[in-house]
Formats: sequence, C-alpha cells, structure tokens
Amino acid sequence: MIFHRLKHISWDLALGVYVTLLVLAIAVPFFNLVVPEGSAFHLSTYMVTLLGKYMCYALLALALDLVWGYCGILSLGHGAFFALGGYAMGMYLMRMIGPRGVYGDPVLPDFMVFLNWKELPWYWLGFDIFPFAMLMVVLVPGILAFAFGYLAFRSRVTGVYFSIITQALTFALLLAFFRNDMGFGGNNGLTDFKDILGFDIQSDATRSGLFIVTIAALAAGFAICRAIVGSKLGKVLLAVRDAESRTRFLGYRTDRYKLFVWVVSACLAGVAGALYVPQVGIINPSEFAPANSIEAVVWVAVGGRGTLAGAILGGVLVNIFKTWFTGALPEFWLFALGALFVLVTLLLPRGIIGTALHYREKHLEKKASEDNAFDEIAPEQPHDEAQEELERAGA
Amino acid sequence: MTLELSRSLLYLDDITVSFDGFKALNALSLLIEPGEMRAIIGPNGAGKTTMMDVITGKTRPDEGSAMFAGRHDLTSMDEARIANLGIGRKFQKPTVFESHTVWDNLLLALKDSRGVFGTLFSSTSASQKEAIEELLETVHLTDASMAMAANLSHGQKQWLEIGMLLAQDPQLLLVDEPVAGMTDAETAQTAQLLRKINETRSVVVVEHDMTFVRDLDVKVTVLHEGSVLADGSLDHISSNERVIEVYLGR
Repeated sequence: MIFHRLKHISWDLALGVYVTLLVLAIAVPFFNLVVPEGSAFHLSTYMVTLLGKYMCYALLALALDLVWGYCGILSLGHGAFFALGGYAMGMYLMRMIGPRGVYGDPVLPDFMVFLNWKELPWYWLGFDIFPFAMLMVVLVPGILAFAFGYLAFRSRVTGVYFSIITQALTFALLLAFFRNDMGFGGNNGLTDFKDILGFDIQSDATRSGLFIVTIAALAAGFAICRAIVGSKLGKVLLAVRDAESRTRFLGYRTDRYKLFVWVVSACLAGVAGALYVPQVGIINPSEFAPANSIEAVVWVAVGGRGTLAGAILGGVLVNIFKTWFTGALPEFWLFALGALFVLVTLLLPRGIIGTALHYREKHLEKKASEDNAFDEIAPEQPHDEAQEELERAGA
Repeated sequence: MTLELSRSLLYLDDITVSFDGFKALNALSLLIEPGEMRAIIGPNGAGKTTMMDVITGKTRPDEGSAMFAGRHDLTSMDEARIANLGIGRKFQKPTVFESHTVWDNLLLALKDSRGVFGTLFSSTSASQKEAIEELLETVHLTDASMAMAANLSHGQKQWLEIGMLLAQDPQLLLVDEPVAGMTDAETAQTAQLLRKINETRSVVVVEHDMTFVRDLDVKVTVLHEGSVLADGSLDHISSNERVIEVYLGR
C-alpha cells in the first residue's frame, strides 16, 4: 500500500519536472522574442543565455546523480566529460568559421595559422560535418569513460580511491589541453564562433533555439535516467551501492553494471558540455579544473542525491546563487561554496528534494498506519522499527 | 581418484592460503557429498571464513585444488561465476540490500539473467512472482514483503538472506554463523529451516553455538590452525582429546 503510494510520489515529481521544463521551453523564448523590448515583461537575451547555461549544469548534475546517487560512485572528475563534449562542439563551431577568421584561412582555425601549422591535424577532420561532430560529443566522453571505468572497476578500485583518480583524470586533461601543440587552442581554447547549422550564433532567435534544445536534452536525459533507475538494472545498481560483495555473491558481475552507468553518465555529461559551449561562446582548459567537478558534486548534494529531480534543482539553484554571489562578493565564492557544502551535509543530509520526499513518506506511512489501526496486520510485525515508532507516536 | 572426484559435490584438496607468511589454511582437505549437511567448528582464526572465501572465489589459494561437482575448477573463477554455478553464501553478519523491499531483495536473488542488458529490459514474470511468494512463505516473511529490508529485525534479516540464497537455487549452501545474535526460538526455527533446505541441497554450516550444532545432528568437522583436526559425529568429536584441548575444553 505504502509502496504503491511511493510510486505515485515519484511520478508526481517526474511530472513536475516535465511540466516545469515545458513551461520554461515556451515561456522563455516567448518573453524574449515576442514581448517587445520596451515592455517590463521582456526577458533579455542575456537572461536567456544564462538560463540555458543553468540547464546545461542541471544536465551535468543529473549525469552525476546517476552514478553517485544510485551506484555510489563518487566522481570528482565529471567536469572532464563535460569539457570533452564541449570541445567536440567547439571544434565543429571553429570549422564553421571558415574564411571569416582574422587570418582568413579557409580551413585552418586562427590559432593554427598563428602557430604556423600548414594543415589540419587528422583528429580535426570530419568536424565540419554536424552529425559527425554530434557523434563525437557522445563518443569521445563515452570511450574515455569506458577505458577508464573498465580498468578501475575491474581492478575493484572503489570509494575515495576512485574519487581521487577521477580528480587526477580531469587534472591531467587540464594540463594536456593547456599545451599549444595538442591542437586545441591551448590556454585560449576555442572561441569567436560565428554560426551553428547556418544560424547566426549571436542572434536572439538562435539563442532561444539553443535554449529549447537544451531543455529538450535535459528532459530526454531525465527520461533516460528514470528508465534506467526504474528497471531491474536500477535495482541492481542500488544493490551495488549498498552491498557490493553481496551482489557479487548473488552472481552479478558488478564491475559491468558500474561500467554501464558510468559510460551512460559520461555521455550525458558530454551532451551537457556540447550545449554549453555555443551558449557561452567559448571552451577553454579551465573547464577541466578539478574545482568545477567538485562544484557539480555540491549541486547534487544540495538538491538531494539519488532523486534525479533533486540534481536538476540543485544544479539550477546553486548556480543562481553563484551568479548572485559572484556579482556581490566575487572573492568569497569558494568560501560560500564550502560553507554551503558543510551546511547541507550537516543540516540537510538528504538534500532539498530528498528531505521533502522523506517527510512526505513519513506522513503517508503515518496515515497508512492510522487507516490500519484496527487491522490485524500491524501487530504481526513486532520487530519492525518504523512500525514501532509509529505505534508509539500514535499512542 | 577420478571416481571420487566426480562423486563429491565439493572437493578441496591440500588447500594452502597464506597472508604475509601466516598460514590461514594449511593443506586443508575436505569433501562434501551431494545432499550432505556438514557443520564446521573451530576456534577463532582456525580458517573457517578463509575456507569459505576460497570456495566462493574471494580468495585464491596459493596451493591446492578446489573442484565443484567434479568438473569445475573453483580456483580459476570469480565470485559471480561461482555463484552462478550453484554455490550460495550467507555472510556472518546479515547482509541484505537495506534500501530495497524484502520482495525486491528476493527478486534480485532469483535465478535469472545476470547480464547488464538482460536486467535493463527485464520484467517480472508470473512464475517469478509465484516463486517469490513461495520463498516468502518459507522464510516467514510474507507479511513483511513490502517492508524495507533496513526495517527488519536481526533475525528477519538472517532469514531474508537465507531466502535470497534459496532464490539463487544453489546446489551447495555455505552458511556462516546463521544463529549468531538470534533468540532461542529463532535458533530452533533456523535449525528447522536448514534441515528443510538440506532435503534438496547440500549445506555447510559454520557455527560456534554448540547447542545449535547438536540440534542439527550432522557430521562435524573441526578446524584448527588451517587444517582438519578431526571429523565425525559430535559425540565422537567431543571425546577426542586433541579437540578438547584446543577447543571444547577451554
């Protein structure tokens, strides 16, 4: 009985997420494009882009929650997959500049001309084809995650050791992408984008279009994560999180399950990064900074890990807070972030959505036990702690 | 020799495991026949848990061979493979999936495809539901089927774990201290449950509780410092001077 009601809660929550995203996808472009600029209700293009950025962060948070919340894999390097997806998109956008660069080379991006390179490196080939670039957005993070995860999970690297090597991964990529001879623009990264699929990347309509696509990607990501979590595979993931060796002795190859969600999660993070780049207009190695990945963990913790919807909420809320805070007191942002993490861990360990769900559950259980007050069922479970607690509360 | 190999369900020969020079198992040999129930006793550090680790693939022996059903070399397999061969293991501390319901715990244990994509697209069939209901009955948890495993009592968790082992449909069950922390009534019920299980499967029970071992009334093997000190009926063992010296007499 309680069980079925809980399923309803999770549906209510999912429905809430879909409806909110739909409303945003309609309202934001409407108030930007249709409502005239002079009106008090007009939404500036800056705001559209900012909201789009939050949605990308929300997708990254969602990806992280899938591995951390449901499988107990704390990744402190998810920013790496996000940035790789971003670079794949950035490479497409660079190729689209064509002869409009400062040096006017029809094929080579400006930074390559500057480095005196004569031809495009092999790994830049094909990025002028949009579908190919989009494939790379998913494949590059996916393949890296597969190789990394295969080795780590097979060797049974878990817990804090795993977290530390994910930090090392993103830091190593940060250093590599800083190098000019890597062929990704070094310190400056990729920027000065002109258009995407032929649309001017600066125009209001394109900005709204990108916003809608980002919302769609977030909704699709949410649906994918829910499908995974709701399947029997999702139950195995929770089992791995709670008692990995028990799961192994039941005959499950836990390393393969971890590898599966790890790769799915990396691909989602890559998509988030790819959508982020055309909206902010630049991708550079700072996206690989270890602090970015840690920030993403805080978003999930604030929203409530293991709830999916909470990750989305946390990704958006913390970044709204960040936008406001870095405007007011930029030097103290890292302190604020640290304080937020400590406070949430101490006072709200389940996060916002997790806490709300917890109270809702308690409330329903109480109601159910009141409904059954005269039933014979309750006294038959004398050892059930929750039941005892409820009985005491009821008495 | 080959004949003997194929007859025994579990065949451990000359197994040695050392950790940093300390021999946890020292040339241990043990045979378990199909349909047999065996109790294994021994003081702390006698190698009982290490023996289970070797059988279930958690620890690789330095020397010796471990064969299952006369055909499968256990020393070359990982935990998942061995579990799927039909060896179930119950831990000393009850280990169930706390954030799953009792029902889901059994569902996860039920013999079925263990592949990633198999489970991604799997749905529970009517026959699986029936099997789970039957198991719930066997381990006395029918009324708690929708309760979170975390909310079960200690004894209920032990039974749930035994239920999960049965769901795996193993040929051999390894049970590590099943009655530790149980009340007398629960202990008696557990003995009954194990005997019922033994009707169709082989069972190896590691236990400290001598009344429980007496209750089971089966062949007993005494381990000491990583090898078999004696075996036979409990009365036979109890009169063995070496056993009294190292274990019973203390």
